[in-house]
Amino acid sequence: MQRASRAAAPWAAMTGIVVAVALAVSGCSSSSAPSPASGKVGGNLVVGMTTDVLSLDPWKATQFQDVYDVLPNIYGTVTELDKNLNVVPGLAKSWDVSKDGLTVTFHLRSGVTFHSGAPFSSADVVSSFKKIMDPATAAVARTALANVSAVSAPDAKTVVLALGSPDASIPAGLASVNTAILSQKGTEAAMAAAPNGTGAYKFKSRAAGQSLTLVANADYWRAKPTLGQIQFRVIPALQSIVSAMQAGNVQLATFDDPIVAKTAQGSGIQVAKTLQLSYHVLQLNATKGDVANKDVRLAVQCAVDRKQVLDAAALGAGAITGPFTPPVYKSDPSDQPCPTQNLTEAKKHLAKAGKSSGVTIKTIVSQGEYSTSVNEAQSLKAQLAKVGITLNLEVLDSNAYVAKWIAGDFEAAVALNGGSPDPNTMYGRYFTSTGSLNKVAGYSSPTLDKLFVEGRSTSDVTERKAIYKKVSEQLVSNAAWVWLFTGYNYTATTSGVAGFTPMVNGSTQFLRETTVSK
Amino acid sequence: MLKRALRSPVTRRVSETVVTLFGVAVVVFVMLRAIPGDQISASLGTEAAALTPGQRADLESYYGLDQPLILQFFKWIGNVLTGNFGFSAQANKSVLAMIAQSLPVTFELALLAIVIGLMLGLPLGMLSASKQNSVRDAASQAVGLAGLSIPGFLLAAAMLAAVAQLFHYNPNGQAFATLLQDPWLNIQQMFMPALVLGFGLAAPIMRTARTALLEVRSQDFVRTARGKGAPPRRIQYVHVLRSALVPIVTMTGLLFGYLLGGAVVVEQIFSVPGIGRQVLTGINQKEYAVVQSSVLVIALVFVLVNLLTDLLYRVIDPRVRAL
Repeated sequence: MQRASRAAAPWAAMTGIVVAVALAVSGCSSSSAPSPASGKVGGNLVVGMTTDVLSLDPWKATQFQDVYDVLPNIYGTVTELDKNLNVVPGLAKSWDVSKDGLTVTFHLRSGVTFHSGAPFSSADVVSSFKKIMDPATAAVARTALANVSAVSAPDAKTVVLALGSPDASIPAGLASVNTAILSQKGTEAAMAAAPNGTGAYKFKSRAAGQSLTLVANADYWRAKPTLGQIQFRVIPALQSIVSAMQAGNVQLATFDDPIVAKTAQGSGIQVAKTLQLSYHVLQLNATKGDVANKDVRLAVQCAVDRKQVLDAAALGAGAITGPFTPPVYKSDPSDQPCPTQNLTEAKKHLAKAGKSSGVTIKTIVSQGEYSTSVNEAQSLKAQLAKVGITLNLEVLDSNAYVAKWIAGDFEAAVALNGGSPDPNTMYGRYFTSTGSLNKVAGYSSPTLDKLFVEGRSTSDVTERKAIYKKVSEQLVSNAAWVWLFTGYNYTATTSGVAGFTPMVNGSTQFLRETTVSK
Repeated sequence: MLKRALRSPVTRRVSETVVTLFGVAVVVFVMLRAIPGDQISASLGTEAAALTPGQRADLESYYGLDQPLILQFFKWIGNVLTGNFGFSAQANKSVLAMIAQSLPVTFELALLAIVIGLMLGLPLGMLSASKQNSVRDAASQAVGLAGLSIPGFLLAAAMLAAVAQLFHYNPNGQAFATLLQDPWLNIQQMFMPALVLGFGLAAPIMRTARTALLEVRSQDFVRTARGKGAPPRRIQYVHVLRSALVPIVTMTGLLFGYLLGGAVVVEQIFSVPGIGRQVLTGINQKEYAVVQSSVLVIALVFVLVNLLTDLLYRVIDPRVRAL
């Protein structure tokens, strides 16, 4: 999933112009960061966000603010992720996988209730999974359960998934709020008006376009949430969120713009940074034009200076990356044919492809989808021009870009794609011949198909790490795409906020342990 | 009698309004659909690539995208005429309810901005016209030029950043309050955005006032009044200003109409939930009903404002009453 609306993108250019003023002003006042005080339990927190919630339906939500900021606090999932993105128990206190990998049995917790007061049981899980798997629901996470052939509940505390083939990615897939468990009695219309989940916070009210307010769920199955109320307040301009924090109206905000992070830091607000799961990439469509030739793609890979792109486009705020970004399966970014820019090697590959005179690659770039897209594209264009590769940039508004991206209607695309804690979920649908996004990825091979099947077939982390290392090698040695860098997620908090743990995937689920003092 | 009714100014005005609004409806309908993508790709983003053909067909039917365009257009027009402006799935409320909330906010902002623009622009125009080509004339015009030259978004963002940083004060960071909910907070939240907009309006008002005042000052009746010994203040306000009001009122009416949709940048920066911001969100989310109906309402209000301006002429200028 793309971090589509994170940076209030159309206003990023205006924010950039004004930052000079804000930085000058921030220099006029004291910039020492106050030491964080421990907050009181039951306080009210205001979180600033740049766009309103698009959907309260967890099965259809795709906008980053919905999936990672708001909905994880309302809804519960069968499994969850800990701070290091390891899969841990959620609504299921444990699970077993049969020896042949074809049966997964979840043992559910007792004493869990929905916000409506209705008790939670296996019937709700079965109902939710069946609806997610039903094509008529158009659930975003349907592919997470693609290998499930049957769901059953032998008793009120047990759910059994029968699989068509082993799939070790299922527990991680079920940790996403897109597979949230809803009451079997709920309807879509009722949920749109008043979400009913099992999460730490209950829906209280919403002013469309302005705010959404949650209150603590006193019956939450974990320890009682530490905040009395959370209000997600819509402030469209990111710089305005910083101003609201300086005035004390907003206490927490997450964003990915390094310039705004610098402004915020200079004014006494605490800013923590974590590397993102999502990755910046130059996608190459191996079914079109000159990039169908492997040597042309390798020439592109060798001509790119990833560090320079990071420095020029994102002010160095991030780290160069390989294909896999989850901490447990992280790729070594230097493990590729050209780990740094090598113009000689690039020219050799072009000559091998019979394209010594150069090639032109039609490349789509989104304007406004995220803050660094155009700068990245221009940086890449300048680098590739040194070896005679012309990136013909087509800068598109985000709707037009998404339409072309979905259709695979490009030779190359400058993209920011969402990552996933599970490597199969991250790339299985892109780089397998039957994957739902293979048209977009533009590359697959029998070797990759085999490796992805192997990776799904074992739950052993050590084995999976070895398999996905081979996947990573296949992807970079064939230059399927050119992976550039991962940026930082910034979490800004005012001095009274304590206990919030930012997660690599951007989730705010640890608001359940956050305190705020007035 | 029917012929007279058809030729009457009222009938002509109503016909012009209907044709204008129909034209606006066609333009906004076509333009929205000319932009690549649709509500499905806008709501699902890149996840729309994973939809099966069956799922896509279901969603198209849900959003009414499977109908021929001409049918979609007249269905929408028919609905609007019966008071059904559509429904926003994102806001989970009717578009009419959304407009009922957002339009008064923009109206209030535009009104305050006009008041500030007049408070700045009129005195500057009068000062400038009091002695043509003098230092005060040049200074007034320089202030006006500054108002025109400084982009509104830059002034807005800089003002907000400076006030928040230096004084830890930002009423726009709080939840928005309408005039009825909390008048004092509302005034505070409207002050900075209205000031930014008003500063931008002051320049055209100043220049229009200056030109109009200079023209009226040179007319015979002003010279006669001066010759008869009327006090300068009376000449300035009763004779000169009143006669120069017509172009000032015209300019003010046009600017007010422009602000109804044109305040969107300031609304975004100051988090004011006005109709401009609503239209922008609707465009980003490809919520056709929100954009089409909101733009139609803005066009209608603009037409009504123009009508009000024309009626004001009859109050200001006796010569128009006689027509």
